[in-house]
Amino acid sequence: MGKYVIKRLLLLIPILLGITFLSFAMMRLAGSDAVLQQAESSGVALSQEVVDARREELGLDQPFLIQYGNWLKGFLTGDLGTSYVSGNDVFATFVSKLPATLLLTALSVALTVVISIPLGILAAVRQNRVTDYLIRGCSFIGNSLPNFFVALLLMYLLSIRFHIFPVISDGISLESAALPALTLAIAMSAKYLRQIRATVLEELSRDYVTGARARGVKFSVTLWRSVLKSCLSTILTLLALSVGSLLGGTAIVESIFMWDGVGKMAVDAMNMRDYPVIQAYVVWMAVIYVTINLITDISYRFLDPRIRLGSDRT
Amino acid sequence: MNGVNCMNDMNSMNNMKRMNGPGEKTAGVTVRRQKIRRDRTKMRLAVFLVLVLLLLAATVFAEQLCPYDPYAQEFSAALQPPSRTHPFGTDRYGRDMLSRVLIGGQTSISSALILVAVIGVTGTAIGMICGYLGGGVDMVVMRISDICLAFPSLVFAMAIAAVLNGGIRNAVIALAAVSWPKYARIARSQTLTVKSSDYIAASRLSGSHPLRVIFFHILPNIAGPVLVTAVLDIGTMMMELAGLSFLGLGAQPPAAEWGSMMSGGRSMLQTCPWVVLSPGLAIFVTVVLFNLLGDAVRDYMDPKAAGRRFAAARGVREGRN
Repeated sequence: MGKYVIKRLLLLIPILLGITFLSFAMMRLAGSDAVLQQAESSGVALSQEVVDARREELGLDQPFLIQYGNWLKGFLTGDLGTSYVSGNDVFATFVSKLPATLLLTALSVALTVVISIPLGILAAVRQNRVTDYLIRGCSFIGNSLPNFFVALLLMYLLSIRFHIFPVISDGISLESAALPALTLAIAMSAKYLRQIRATVLEELSRDYVTGARARGVKFSVTLWRSVLKSCLSTILTLLALSVGSLLGGTAIVESIFMWDGVGKMAVDAMNMRDYPVIQAYVVWMAVIYVTINLITDISYRFLDPRIRLGSDRT
Repeated sequence: MNGVNCMNDMNSMNNMKRMNGPGEKTAGVTVRRQKIRRDRTKMRLAVFLVLVLLLLAATVFAEQLCPYDPYAQEFSAALQPPSRTHPFGTDRYGRDMLSRVLIGGQTSISSALILVAVIGVTGTAIGMICGYLGGGVDMVVMRISDICLAFPSLVFAMAIAAVLNGGIRNAVIALAAVSWPKYARIARSQTLTVKSSDYIAASRLSGSHPLRVIFFHILPNIAGPVLVTAVLDIGTMMMELAGLSFLGLGAQPPAAEWGSMMSGGRSMLQTCPWVVLSPGLAIFVTVVLFNLLGDAVRDYMDPKAAGRRFAAARGVREGRN
């Protein structure tokens, strides 16, 4: 077990190097460099001498790989440069906005669990009956709605028509988090409902379920004690994977609802071509995503002892 | 990245419902039931295919179908609610929404189709070559795809689109850059299963060039799962493209595109919801149609593979790839 965790942590290193290198290279491919960008954003015309001097100051006249090395050093020490637009420290801004996004993510994952797991189980138990068809129909519709449309629909119905929630968030509160979280949860639940249903159905068709029934064990006991337990690891994988799409999804939803998190920060930065901020966002989102995946993989061992981890086999 | 790999196979789990149905007791009944089911699947496929073709025809001939010029501004007719003259209402410049939705479909649908075609072809080719050749090439390409899969794809796509300065073509490039590994993985794992068959050995023994083996013997045998994935992907890709446009990273106004039209009408949601709702409904209907077609294609291509594919999903998760 310890060996496996260490191996996975070591495997993280090339992946993280790849992620940082790709993001760095991408920003360099953008064409113009920091000095020109800054000049452009502030609207000042710079002479060639000033540009050259600034480039030397920022180390932009050095070879690509050395620049990458310097940037990586900065990244590891929490120095990601300053925003072209506001001039603020990028890392500090990012850290200050992260809690809002994490709160939104946690809320929507919680809502997704509350919506999709019971409905998925219900649909599986009532397979091919009206309830099942209704739930599957809803999930199909939810799957075919882009999340920005869901956001606008919810906003129109719940805020503008029925005045239940505020239209745009006024600070970080549960009330203003409700709509964005619901938007994200609807999209995710629609996606995972079907898969939870399928997982439960697959488990229900196993021999031990028939065996338990033959021995006169109550169906509800089999369902809650055995079937759900063995479905847990699959459901957990789905939720962990959902965090990836969630991180991208929060960007759109945050900017629609004016929720002041990293997603909105990133979208604003993208529209202003504020490269350091975009870069910080991409790298950190990738790091968070990779970490969550790692934790999920490791936690399988605890949830499902049948799964043998890498170190046991090789 | 064990967790990531099983993502694709997870999608196939929702057709589990078709296996182990109750009542399949005697051979005769089973055969008859299977035939009925097969006929129904065929019918479904035909119906959705016709509907999708109608939709495509409507976008191809959008210019002829438009009741008004989608770009003609007429301020005296601005922000009119849906009526007989303007079935979807008008936007703030007095442009007819129905015409704009029709023309917008050209961009939205064609770019989604191009995107899926590009990632389907390149991803499959890469996956087949990796799976067939194995060795160093395989290692390197699969590591790259691991890194691509390690990114939350939409975040990365947004960043690429932003760096490329927006535009629908760049949005397509951005999404293609993050979406190809899915196809490479499917094609690779399928190739690995097909590779050990006798007919491949026979072809190799008779001296065929590897490319000949790949494109004449492997491709036809793995095309099914790839095609199913591709058709099911059209709707998703269309939504993601519309999302990028919505954020201003795809199609730019005044070009009619569903995502950017919705973004433009956002501020008028309170007073003139039709400006947002009509392109939104257009996306919804189109995605529903493509998803229904995708489901039908999947059921038609391999009605019985659900069980096998589920086993495969388990295998991937446990690292037996």
